[in-house]
Amino acid sequence: MEQVFTITFITGLLAAMMRMATPIIFGTLGEILSERAGVLNLGIEGIMLMGAMTGFLTTLTTGSLWLGVAAAALVGALLALFMAFLAVYLGLSQHVSGLGITLFSTGLAMFIYRLSVGSPVNPPTVRPFTQAAIPFLSEIPVIGPAFFTQYTLVYWAFLLIPALWVLLYRTTWGLAIRTVGENPLAADTVGINVNLVRTLCLAGGGALMGIGGAFLTLAHQNMFLIDVVGGRGWISIAMVIFGNWDPARGAAGALIFGFLDALQLRLQGLGFDIPFHLFLLIPYLMTVVALVSVSRRAAAPAGLLKPYRREEKG
Amino acid sequence: MRMIITKRAPLPGWVQVLVPVGAILVTLLLSAVPILFAGGDLWLSYTSLFKGALGTRYNFLETCVKAAPLTFTGLAVAFAFRAKFWNIGAEGQLLAGAIAATWVGISAPALPKVAVLILVCAAGFLAGGLWATVPALLKTKYRVDDVVTTLLLNYVMWHIMGYLLFGPLQMPNSSWPRSPAILEIARFPVLLARSRFHLGIVLAVAAVLIVWFINSKTVFGYQARAVGVNPRAAAFGGINVDSVIIRTALLSGGLAGMAGVGEVAAIHFHLLMDISPGFGYSGIVIAMLGRLHPLGTALAAFFFSVIIVGAQSMSRLTGVPTYIAEVIQGMALIVMLIALLLTEYRIKAVKD
Amino acid sequence: MPADRPAMSAGTEEAPASGHTAPACVVEMRSITKTFLDVTANNNVTFSLREGEICALLGENGAGKTTLMNILFGYYAADSGEIRIGGEKVSFSSPKDAIACRIGMVHQHFTLVPSQTVLENVVVGSGGGKFFLDLSGARKKLLDLQERFGLSVDPDAPVWTLPIGGQQKVEILKALYRDARILILDEPTAVLAPLETRELFATLRTLASEGCSIIFISHKLYEVMEIADRVVVLTKGVLTAERKVSETSERELANLMVGRDLAEKKRPPRGSPGKPLLEIRGLRVKNDRNLEAVKDLSLDIRSGEIMGMAGVSGNGQRELAEALFGLRRPLSGCISVDGRPLPPARPKASVESGMGRIPEDRMTTGLLLELSVEENLVLENHADFRTLGMLDHVAIGRHAERLISDFSIKTDGRTAKAQTLSGGNLQKIILARELSASPKVVVAAQPTRGLDVGAIEYVHWRILDARASGAAILLISEDLDEIFQLSDRIAVMYEGRIMGIADGGSASREQIGLWMSGVNEPCA
Repeated sequence: MEQVFTITFITGLLAAMMRMATPIIFGTLGEILSERAGVLNLGIEGIMLMGAMTGFLTTLTTGSLWLGVAAAALVGALLALFMAFLAVYLGLSQHVSGLGITLFSTGLAMFIYRLSVGSPVNPPTVRPFTQAAIPFLSEIPVIGPAFFTQYTLVYWAFLLIPALWVLLYRTTWGLAIRTVGENPLAADTVGINVNLVRTLCLAGGGALMGIGGAFLTLAHQNMFLIDVVGGRGWISIAMVIFGNWDPARGAAGALIFGFLDALQLRLQGLGFDIPFHLFLLIPYLMTVVALVSVSRRAAAPAGLLKPYRREEKG
Repeated sequence: MRMIITKRAPLPGWVQVLVPVGAILVTLLLSAVPILFAGGDLWLSYTSLFKGALGTRYNFLETCVKAAPLTFTGLAVAFAFRAKFWNIGAEGQLLAGAIAATWVGISAPALPKVAVLILVCAAGFLAGGLWATVPALLKTKYRVDDVVTTLLLNYVMWHIMGYLLFGPLQMPNSSWPRSPAILEIARFPVLLARSRFHLGIVLAVAAVLIVWFINSKTVFGYQARAVGVNPRAAAFGGINVDSVIIRTALLSGGLAGMAGVGEVAAIHFHLLMDISPGFGYSGIVIAMLGRLHPLGTALAAFFFSVIIVGAQSMSRLTGVPTYIAEVIQGMALIVMLIALLLTEYRIKAVKD
Repeated sequence: MPADRPAMSAGTEEAPASGHTAPACVVEMRSITKTFLDVTANNNVTFSLREGEICALLGENGAGKTTLMNILFGYYAADSGEIRIGGEKVSFSSPKDAIACRIGMVHQHFTLVPSQTVLENVVVGSGGGKFFLDLSGARKKLLDLQERFGLSVDPDAPVWTLPIGGQQKVEILKALYRDARILILDEPTAVLAPLETRELFATLRTLASEGCSIIFISHKLYEVMEIADRVVVLTKGVLTAERKVSETSERELANLMVGRDLAEKKRPPRGSPGKPLLEIRGLRVKNDRNLEAVKDLSLDIRSGEIMGMAGVSGNGQRELAEALFGLRRPLSGCISVDGRPLPPARPKASVESGMGRIPEDRMTTGLLLELSVEENLVLENHADFRTLGMLDHVAIGRHAERLISDFSIKTDGRTAKAQTLSGGNLQKIILARELSASPKVVVAAQPTRGLDVGAIEYVHWRILDARASGAAILLISEDLDEIFQLSDRIAVMYEGRIMGIADGGSASREQIGLWMSGVNEPCA
């Protein structure tokens, strides 16, 4: 038990927390962007998987990690555009459209991977990202190695949090997005193109989700497995609710989840006598508990889930 | 040039039935794309798919076998969605049912076979049902979103099963996550010789009829539909919305649980980590294809079974990965959604 | 700027007085036709608006006034016809284009985001290509506008905290912020108390004198006579008449609106009230914002009596109705029907107590639109139609047919989906469901909102019929005409309390108006 409170343990824990939280932060921020505009994107799990697969295959074939990330972002945006076509343009049920995209993407990801790679005994791997230390800051004890010696994508994720905050609350675009999400009729009557705003937010969100997926196969691990996303898309959805649709709060939730995930991994290694699977379910269970605790004050954007059409008389 | 979407007058009933059929045909056509992309011979692929699923008596019966769990999960999802209880947790409820069935099956009391089978089914049904009432209670008492909770609980149940299979339910002296075999007395009998056509398939058909009966002939069925259409007006009219949601969850989870029971008691005879290749998620597509109607759901489940079973032989003969089944599944859902849209709205292109 | 508005001419060019040129037509809509599914909302309508004039668009609900203006605002596209602004032909594909032509519209249902501030609501979408929000610059411009036109609202207040009149001011400021010179107002006084209406009219006169041209949609004759220069009448989608207000009368306009000669509406004979059937004691109810919306309200309504509850929307009527319906749990207080107290927040109890309930939002609260007419008709008593535990569809069908015939519900059959019915017939479904079992108490919230004259008459007839059968009726309505026409007694609700109760026959409009604005002193 004493091992828990050593510096190395805590530093390792915090560093792992940052890594585990990163894909969820990408997912959560991407989902917040979509939902603030009024569209629930349940395709996130599938989009992250396609991002993971695309990023991995691209890097495998081209040898460039950043090209893989870019490809993942592109694929994520394209899938999200398809979601926009179904849910925004055609106005289909957002629940079912999103689930359809996830199911379709999951099958597609495995199908393409299998076609490209076959079923070798040893699955192919790539040389993953290496960590990039920030000068000076990474020298600070504990905090240095934990927060400032991370993958570049981790820094991106954390920079995106204030960036999204500024976008939503301090720009004209952000005001337009929020109005579209709260009262699309109000936005339409001041001349904002509701469907365009929703489509762009979905696409941007999808790109972020794709990058989150790519992080899993290009940094966190170095290979692609069918369960590499493992429900992180759904966790992101939960974090959006937990964070009351605010980027900072949602990211905080992601950090808590990352912490729990990192903790359970390390506690297992320390030989705590709790069965390994029960550890694994702690983060999911805690997410459910967290959702219950915020349910009272959860205030979704008022226009969420409703397709917007100019009112039809008849 | 822009597209104008206007509401259209409701189409007659018989056209509504054609829609899923049309969607299936379009999906099969579109499947040519991934098949060609995979380098498969189109003619060979389609023929091996259908032959593999329907070509011989054994194949046909195998398709029926695969259709049973899909029917159960499809019914589970359809019934829940009808009341707008977004039960994405059929997968976890299926596992709960499988676990309960295993537990009864390996320690079956000394009772006649019929009684044991009833016990096994009841345990599985209840386990699945209760697991579904957790998110339902969270929804009614705390207004927590059911999509997220049902999803998360899938993972929770998966890990509970993992714990059990590496622990209390593990086959003694084994390092694999596998339960002991369930006793002979607890296994579903095979009903047709030289096949695996088992009791579970009959139960699935019975379930279709029971759900149909509930939907159209009972107060509960009417109330569930009212709650799904407009919970506020249903409450206004005096319907106890919370009670309806909980009971819907119970039935829905129970049906999903039965899918798990069948897999354990008729197919694998053990509990395994991969007892379900995603039946719970397939149920969503099946329910939508079946337009949430029990009979439609059964037909959609059969169609899916054809695809899944057929994809195996297609894969052996053409080298197209078996994952094509999932791809077709996803495409079917999307095509179905668009087809549904076209029944309610007309799309016109208009010059500016 | 001319000091007083130039004389208006109704179509012919007159020699202008005092050297001003005749006012130009700022808006011309020619031969506008618009059809939805099978309803022709606008049929070959030609309409024009002159600079600096206040033109009223008069017609009953469903006449096509809002549709016509939505076309002018770019929200709908006309099927045929053309629009000219300032003489030039224009084609609008969205409100963005109309705003660019300096047209602004204040809709009947506010297009505001309640959780955002006034400033944010005004500024949205008008950033002018800038990326970052310039709230301080916008605030300055807004305050200038407020001063110029006498519309004071706190820019940093969240909109939901403002009273309805304040929210309407925000809507007007939104249009003015975008330099609107043509202002369309759709039924603006429907949600205002008489005092606020006077304020609005003063604002409109100021705007007109500054050269704004105003289109004022209304179905209230006396308001049209008071504020407009010219009135255009729409009946069932067709422009049927045009008059200068100075050359016509309320009576003539009423006849033109409905297309037949309406006799002066007679007050139906007063009922003879018996014992109290609905007793409310000390009712306190919170609203969605967790504020007390109904504060210690007590009321008795007697058998055979119609109690009209007047008041501007937002003063607790919605919460009162929801508490009576069982949809909202009161903090305290007691509601009794025929002497028996109702358990709170149980709609089933309200149903079983013999209360006929007509909710304010019929589509979201009273009906299951995707279900059939007959399924809607048995929403409250479906459990009664059982044989051997199963629903008896034959019996339900018979019951439905009887109600459809008794209440003359126009439908393609009892199995037709409710959403295919018109507004008036949807309300008939609710009336049939709630009134056919001869309820002891009837609570009707805004029962004629959005209905055409024929449907309104039918609803009134049914309410009077219920009264004749001895029911105690609470009629909550924003429509003062309706209140005065039907009520035996009139109560006024203001900020959750009853300001006063007056006798229906002798109450003065002025007294009621003062109560509606929260003024407590009795009229001299």
